[in-house]
Amino acid sequence: MRTAKNKQTRKKGNGQIVAVTCVFTFLFLGMIGYITHYSLTHKQELINNSYNGRQQILLAKNRRGDILAANGDVLARTVETQGGEVREYPYKNLFSHVVGYSVNGRMGVESQANYYLINSNAPLSEKAGLEVSDEKYPGDCVYTTLDVELQQVASTALGVYRGAIVVTEPSTGKVLAMVSKPDFDPEKIEEQWDEFLADSDSGILLNRVTQGLYPPGSTFKIITALEYIRENPENYGNYSYNCTGAITRGQDRIQCYHGTVHGGVDFKRSFAKSCNTSFANIGLSLDRNRFSDTLSELLFNEELPLGFNYSKSRIDVNGETPDSAMMQISIGQGTTGITPIHMNMITSAIANGGTLMKPYVVDRVENSAGDVVKSFQPQSAGGLLSQEEATALTALMSDVVEEGTASRLKGLSYTAAGKTGSAEYGTVKGDSHAWFTGFAPTQNPEICVTIIIEGAGAGGDYAVPIAKRIFDAYFGV
Amino acid sequence: MELYISEFSKYVITLLMILYTWECFSVFRFQEESGRSGVYARQNILMFALHFSCFVVICFETSDVTYLFFYAFQQIILYAAIVLFRMIYPKSNRLVVNNMCTLLSISFVILTRLSYGRAVRQFAIATGSLVIALVIPYFVHKFKFLRNLKWIYALVGIAALSVVLILGQTTYGSKLSYSIAGLTFQPSEFVKILFVFYVAGALCQSSGFFEVFTTAVVAAAHVIVLVCSKDLGSALIFFVVYVLMVYVASGRFFYLLAGAVGGSAAAWIAARVFSHVQIRIQAWQDPWSVIDSAGYQITQSLFAISSGGLFGLGLYGGTPDSIPFVEADFIFSAIAEELGILFAVCLILICVSSFIMIMNISLRLNERFYQLVAFGFGVTYIFQVFLTIGGGTKFIPLTGVTLPLISYGGSSVLATLVTFSIIEGLCAIQEDEAAMERKKTRRARRQPAADRRRQEAEKIIRTEEDYEDSEE
Repeated sequence: MRTAKNKQTRKKGNGQIVAVTCVFTFLFLGMIGYITHYSLTHKQELINNSYNGRQQILLAKNRRGDILAANGDVLARTVETQGGEVREYPYKNLFSHVVGYSVNGRMGVESQANYYLINSNAPLSEKAGLEVSDEKYPGDCVYTTLDVELQQVASTALGVYRGAIVVTEPSTGKVLAMVSKPDFDPEKIEEQWDEFLADSDSGILLNRVTQGLYPPGSTFKIITALEYIRENPENYGNYSYNCTGAITRGQDRIQCYHGTVHGGVDFKRSFAKSCNTSFANIGLSLDRNRFSDTLSELLFNEELPLGFNYSKSRIDVNGETPDSAMMQISIGQGTTGITPIHMNMITSAIANGGTLMKPYVVDRVENSAGDVVKSFQPQSAGGLLSQEEATALTALMSDVVEEGTASRLKGLSYTAAGKTGSAEYGTVKGDSHAWFTGFAPTQNPEICVTIIIEGAGAGGDYAVPIAKRIFDAYFGV
Repeated sequence: MELYISEFSKYVITLLMILYTWECFSVFRFQEESGRSGVYARQNILMFALHFSCFVVICFETSDVTYLFFYAFQQIILYAAIVLFRMIYPKSNRLVVNNMCTLLSISFVILTRLSYGRAVRQFAIATGSLVIALVIPYFVHKFKFLRNLKWIYALVGIAALSVVLILGQTTYGSKLSYSIAGLTFQPSEFVKILFVFYVAGALCQSSGFFEVFTTAVVAAAHVIVLVCSKDLGSALIFFVVYVLMVYVASGRFFYLLAGAVGGSAAAWIAARVFSHVQIRIQAWQDPWSVIDSAGYQITQSLFAISSGGLFGLGLYGGTPDSIPFVEADFIFSAIAEELGILFAVCLILICVSSFIMIMNISLRLNERFYQLVAFGFGVTYIFQVFLTIGGGTKFIPLTGVTLPLISYGGSSVLATLVTFSIIEGLCAIQEDEAAMERKKTRRARRQPAADRRRQEAEKIIRTEEDYEDSEE
């Protein structure tokens, strides 16, 4: 009894010692948490850093793995020759940007999945056998979501034009085809490297799908229309306007493409016929602050949910945007720049009831014995717009096919919806990039296609026929 | 065959390490050292199994059996240390001894892998240090006058640091060491011990404003000399140890607050005045932007830590050599890379368990001076662990101090072993105190009994007298 009391009152400073002990213990627990989390989540990113010598060690031990199409066709493989290892790309130029290369830096899947390709999860028994015969272990194989046939059709259709085509599955985000032209042969990248670097004009090494920033032209009217619907949810159908071929505000004048006079148009017809003057008029009526919020929701000036290199789309709308700029912005001209993949993501979200699925190219990683090492599941990147808005926009885009600028997709065995664009660029009047972004079938869409052809002319004339060839190939027509 | 061994051994080594660490904390289930002998016996088995497995891997990976001889020597020395401590000082704390030997064995393993020559050198120094460590507890126990020498500690400490500042060798911008007869010393490692003794001696009687003020002046003298030598890590350790010791001695939160404010102000000024501090801070905030200059070390360290995964790449499986000064400042990163994150986390936990045990010893000591010494050593140790591991993993800016008992460096290992052995001496003192208390209690308990007996005896006499009375 007396001893217990003695212990309690015995020493001053004990409370402080206990406090210091607890503080240090928690500090260390925090540090342990940090170290574990950091090292496990940054593993891939850090091994890909060019200052990290460990990739060379892995490559000395493992043979770089294969990259395959969804159906198992080999897109890239490493073979042993007398002169050492050679990376082969059986389809040569066809997958140049999306599969990429692994010498002189890295690009495409070769870069994105580098970590998996240089690691080997081959069964221990196989490794032990190879160790005895002093051979390298087989690196893990990367299966992509790419469809060789669609890639071929898209590439052939684009022909000698410069431009970009991306085909995705709206319900999953799988990238089925990704073409960027001009292209190159990844096997010859080392020989042609200096030539590519010297050629500043073509931007041959640029993946135009993800990194090319283009004026969206009339395809941007999808976004202007969305904002108008948001601001006038009940009565946007009552909109009407008389198109005289041009609209003027002060010094600024907007003309319809080729000076066409559309006459009396409602909201649906303005969209279907892609009437610039009517959309400039709509743009002037918009609340600029709300519009700016909508643009952020649609990921303009924002990071995109993508696992590969891309450029951020840019647009400049705020409360102080002047009328002259608003007229240009609402028809997709001016300083706005968008990447084809971003346009495809917005279109896919519309096709998928408003929800954006994160686009992905790497489907799964398998070891040499065919066991799945890692599998990538479709991932939602959140809702860009509401179900109702998606339905309304689908109806507008369907009319573009049925009675508007994309009529070459009308009356086929499948239905389609989309929006064309003819984006003027440069200083010469009339030079324009041909755009099409859309999906098919209109109800329960299965694929979403975005096309841009540099300097070709009107979207309806040049981009829509390519979309038709891709849809035909997909639906087996 | 080799492949199976290196793959399998990863899991074995990690498992042994986890079990050992588990025992480090299960010790605390028992109040008294006497109940813990089962835990300690298991720890001894686990630590030797761990040490042995690591050397088996080293032999296989290098195809060189001579490493086994090196292992045998290490094993003998560590085993001798454990047995001798127990025999000479039956009251010593065995967790501290076990952890000390385990950390040394991990150090020998990773140094052997990084550089055999340095491992042998470190082993020789550690052996010598262990011999010194074996006699120290005796002197700490017997020399009661240690608490009266505070001015000697302060003067010797400041003098030793000043000699480095004036005559020392400059290593990578900092003056840290000087050589006597071919041996290079890093005095700041030893001055830490003197400093703790000084502060404890100065504050053990009274911790009023006057004592706090004088010790503050002396502490500032230490810190300023170190800052002038550009040894910022040590300066920080001295400062933190001082502030926390004042806090415990006075029991006043105010001093802690004042220390924190003063320290932050000093750090802010240092970040403005010294370009090498600015470089360190920049390399901490964004090492990737200066990856080829100031950020090189830390980014290479991060590469190492992240490449190991949970179970590590196995000994000789990674490239820890790519980090400059890996054996001294970044040994933790090498361990995380080759032995895995789980192993590295366990290593941290072993350090934490040693710290908690030292704090526990401090709590049990009655004598103010010894209590403060134990506390000061505990904080010195754990704060140094925090600085080096936190710095190497980008948790805090890099200060360039060693990981006690693990890093390569003779002064560091000797100073840490001396620290730990002083703590063992304090355990003996604590045992004396406890024995004294028991005696007191026993006497106190005996006292009433004796009184009662006397009373009873008197009663009997009295009744007899009554009887006699009645007869009359």
